[in-house]
Amino acid sequence: MNNSRPSGSGHWLAQRITAVALIPLGLWFMYSLATRTDLGRAAWLEFVAAPWRAVLIALFLLTLLLHSYLGVQVVIEDYVHTRWRERGLHLLSGALHLAAAAAGVFAVIQVATGASA
Amino acid sequence: MNERPLSPFLVYRFMYTMVLSFAHRITGILLSVGALLLTYGLVALAGGVESFERARLVFRHWTLQLVMLGLTISFFFHLSNGIRHLFWDLGLGYEKTQARRSGWLVVASTILLTALSIWLAVHAVGGS
Repeated sequence: MNNSRPSGSGHWLAQRITAVALIPLGLWFMYSLATRTDLGRAAWLEFVAAPWRAVLIALFLLTLLLHSYLGVQVVIEDYVHTRWRERGLHLLSGALHLAAAAAGVFAVIQVATGASA
Repeated sequence: MNERPLSPFLVYRFMYTMVLSFAHRITGILLSVGALLLTYGLVALAGGVESFERARLVFRHWTLQLVMLGLTISFFFHLSNGIRHLFWDLGLGYEKTQARRSGWLVVASTILLTALSIWLAVHAVGGS
């Protein structure tokens, strides 16, 4: 129906798979945030640096960003009806999500390996 | 360019369940901004003492506190309503009465989970 979306069913499935994955990941993340007692820098570093938690935070962020990218794509397709605008917004959204994924995962690795300044 | 199909939301007349449907999109977009906020927090934490202190001031500002309350509500709404959507994908709960009932269930669970997390957060900080 729309040639700017190469594989409609692949997109549909990816959105559902990330949605299902985000149920436990999201609930875990919200619970972890809500139960922080010490909000100082040392406590946050320690919180993110625990190996299993670093992996889960990176996994949560990546799944969240992929789900967000897929969702934003649908919203753009539904409301923007000028081809060049649609293309431009897709590119902008893609770049933003990719940049956030790279920066976020790099930050988690920095903290987890003790390489943060 | 203009002969492409319009979103149902732009075509049909207003209906009660459509509010939830549109709210799913709005909260989704808000949570996309939330994902960027989370990224900013992680980068600021890794960036050193100065960037952390700057981020702490940002996150402590009342506007950001309000934004985070909005994000918490958005998160639990999007999660609850998303589960409702997943049931629909499985072909369950399509009947009009079921869809209405699950709609109210989504609102109830959003309020409950938001209240629970606020209680947990207040309890955690207050108890330390």
